[in-house]
Amino acid sequence: MSEQDFQPATFAFTEANKALAQAAIAKYPQGRQRSAVMPLLDLAQRQEGWVSKAAMDHVATMLSMPPIRVYEVATFYSMFQLKPVGEHHVQVCTNLPCWLRGSDEVAHACKKTLGVDFGETTADGRFTLSEVECLGACVNAPMMQIGDDYYEDLDAESVARILDTIKRGERPKPGPQIDRQFSAPVGGPTTLGDIESKGKQ
Amino acid sequence: MTKLTIDGIETEVEAGATILQAAESVGVEIPRFCYHERLQIAGNCRMCLVEVEKSPKPVASCAMPVAEGMVVRTTTPAVQKARKGVMEFLLINHPLDCPICDQGGECDLQDQAMAYGFDRSRYAEGKRAVKDKDFGPLIKTWMTRCIHCTRCIRFMTEVAGVPELGATSRGENMEVTTYVEKALSSELSGNIIDLCPVGALTSRPYAFLARPWELRKTDSIDVHDAVGAAIRIDARGGAVMRVLPRTNDDVNEEWLGDKSRFANDGLKRQRLDRPYLREGGRLRPAGWGEVFAAIASRLKGLPGSAIAAIAGDLADCESMTALKDLMGRLGSANLDCRQDGAKIDAAVRAGYLFNPTIAGIEQADALLLVGTDPRREAPLLNARIRKGWVRNGLPIAVIGPNANLTYGVQDLGNDSGVLAEIAAGRHPFAAVLKNAQRPMLVIGQGALTRPDGAAVLAMARQAALSLGVVKDGWNGFGMLHYAAGRVGGLDLGFLPGPGGRDVAGIQDAARAGEIKVVWLLGADELDMGGFGDAFVIYQGHHGDHGAHRADVVLPGAAYTEKNATYVNTEGRVQRTRMAVTPPGEAREDWKIVRALSETLDQALPYDTIEQLRERMKAVNPVFGAADRIDPAAWGAFGAAGAVAPGGFESPIANYYMTDPISRASKTMAECTAVFVRGQEGKTGTHG
Repeated sequence: MSEQDFQPATFAFTEANKALAQAAIAKYPQGRQRSAVMPLLDLAQRQEGWVSKAAMDHVATMLSMPPIRVYEVATFYSMFQLKPVGEHHVQVCTNLPCWLRGSDEVAHACKKTLGVDFGETTADGRFTLSEVECLGACVNAPMMQIGDDYYEDLDAESVARILDTIKRGERPKPGPQIDRQFSAPVGGPTTLGDIESKGKQ
Repeated sequence: MTKLTIDGIETEVEAGATILQAAESVGVEIPRFCYHERLQIAGNCRMCLVEVEKSPKPVASCAMPVAEGMVVRTTTPAVQKARKGVMEFLLINHPLDCPICDQGGECDLQDQAMAYGFDRSRYAEGKRAVKDKDFGPLIKTWMTRCIHCTRCIRFMTEVAGVPELGATSRGENMEVTTYVEKALSSELSGNIIDLCPVGALTSRPYAFLARPWELRKTDSIDVHDAVGAAIRIDARGGAVMRVLPRTNDDVNEEWLGDKSRFANDGLKRQRLDRPYLREGGRLRPAGWGEVFAAIASRLKGLPGSAIAAIAGDLADCESMTALKDLMGRLGSANLDCRQDGAKIDAAVRAGYLFNPTIAGIEQADALLLVGTDPRREAPLLNARIRKGWVRNGLPIAVIGPNANLTYGVQDLGNDSGVLAEIAAGRHPFAAVLKNAQRPMLVIGQGALTRPDGAAVLAMARQAALSLGVVKDGWNGFGMLHYAAGRVGGLDLGFLPGPGGRDVAGIQDAARAGEIKVVWLLGADELDMGGFGDAFVIYQGHHGDHGAHRADVVLPGAAYTEKNATYVNTEGRVQRTRMAVTPPGEAREDWKIVRALSETLDQALPYDTIEQLRERMKAVNPVFGAADRIDPAAWGAFGAAGAVAPGGFESPIANYYMTDPISRASKTMAECTAVFVRGQEGKTGTHG
């Protein structure tokens, strides 16, 4: 697919997003509006599902900055999608901590359940599978991100369950998929127990 | 001032200087790729690592400011090892294709790899490859060679003011690109070729033509505009292979405009390499004796009033002096060097010079541009204005044809009425100029070529006086010329003498049959149909408009082929030097005039260029002081009169083709197609 095939000619924020964009710009002092480039790109991505060239140009115009400066930011962060992605973007971390904790198994389960490889979108356009760098949840490795949600402490079985739930149109419970509260030790707290007890006295 | 020790040498440098700058001041060389003294500091190549006492790690000297009592070492084994490590990383993804790289022989990476490189690679993995970019007809890219120093990005953003280059993606995927494929639309884009420390950006017209060690280097002066940039002409055999800038902080710093850099291929095309004589309506090759005889027989018995001479934009001072003296002996007062008809008053030298000087722009604190488009007429001067705007926040207002000048301007509207308002002190910008310490008013040729040009000039002078642009110790009145030969011609008085006619008058008289012989000294930008039946002698180096109309063609030398004097827009007397010999039977221009004077029994009293330069000094003492500017005295100039309403037009519509050399250049034709025609919209024949 060549660039022209999927790049839309124009982009404009919806009325609601326009207001959000103005609010983001207003957070920065006069003359520093271009600091809002990332919130605006994010807004554009939420509106369109990805960031098109037209959207980047639109953001550049809104912030009176040279378009190339927006392209630089958008290409720097892998969180900005510069090509259309599926409705659900499945991003699997394969960096060292996740890999040591079994990201190969997670990746394999994703590929098997979705029937696509990394960088591909399912035929129905619902899922795009990506391999990403560290998402900063190493303590709950291995993990993956779908949309805005982190799914952590994964194994083949939980991955398949999560993806199937999404396929049915439901939202699976984000966070650790084992019995664990956030990033606390598996099986409950192991330190500072005495302090808690002191608090009870 | 801060005291520090570098390699055992104690030195004192200005506070805020970097270690690298301090080292340079004591002659300690530190290798670098990303650091460049005229660009902002990036600190991303890490080649300049040094050891600083009490610092646990090596320090990037280009970005580290000096501190009191700092002890710096640049030659320790630790420094050597650190730099070798950096070099090894730089070479990981750098192709070792020096034998087929145009940068070979003048490559920073190659040179420094000799000092810090390892003689074999420990890297067995595949190297990355980067797709080449299309930066237009001037710059050839080979992006796999890029080491990401970002000099080109910083130059385009900071100096050129055309932020089109950037670095996209990150880490191993980082690329220097325009992202959207496009040619770099700056008149200064060629400078990134010089800045590139490797062979990622090289000259497209010069690709695979020569190696630097084969070239004969001649220091000279550029004549494609009136800035007079310092250049180095690189020649091999009889051909100019390329033109590079030299450093001259007073004029061009170390930059060069694209036309000056890339039009040199025009020196090989359309050249007049032998005399021609018109016979039966066609020009035929002839010998020197033959054409001289033809001119002599045509001039015989003619009164001086029937003879005229017009000097063109590239005419040098030597040939203009000789031609003026010859015309004087023939009794003619019909001389003019203002072929565009600009109503310049040569009575007062300060009235036609760029008095504040180019470097002086950096001191200015308010600027009004009248009837000029410096971006096209003098891109290097425009870069100085941008520097003032970036560094000092110089407030700039424009009354002229183009407000897109790479810096922020207040567009006052293109109308002479605005100038009248400012001169009368009624316009808000008049107060800005008045309150400034060193205000500038720059007037371009576009304001002077109008029929009421002399009145516009008088009004600008009036404005300059009333708003304090000219005061004790500061003359902010600047006339911006675009023709290299113009100020020299004005200094020499190559102007209508008593009872003489100007360009328009000469053409009228030629049509009326009153003027029978017209000598065009490289004058091509004229309406060639306007000479009636006059006998036209064209002396020049290219078969351009003038030669097509001529009855006799005298082949002269281009600026790379003669030792000649030019005066830039500031009034700076500078000399070109002969880099190659003129082609065929072409000769240095003053020698042609001198030789002809003998045939006419009017032998001019100079046989050598030294004697001729003595004569120039006698005509105007400014020619005694080369490469120097003496402030010119202020006086009355211009002619009071009514100024008609209406706008100003820049005399230069297409930056890339302004003179016979650039019109003959294929590279400039490509630039015209991409940058000038491209903006007008593509036609169906474009891909």
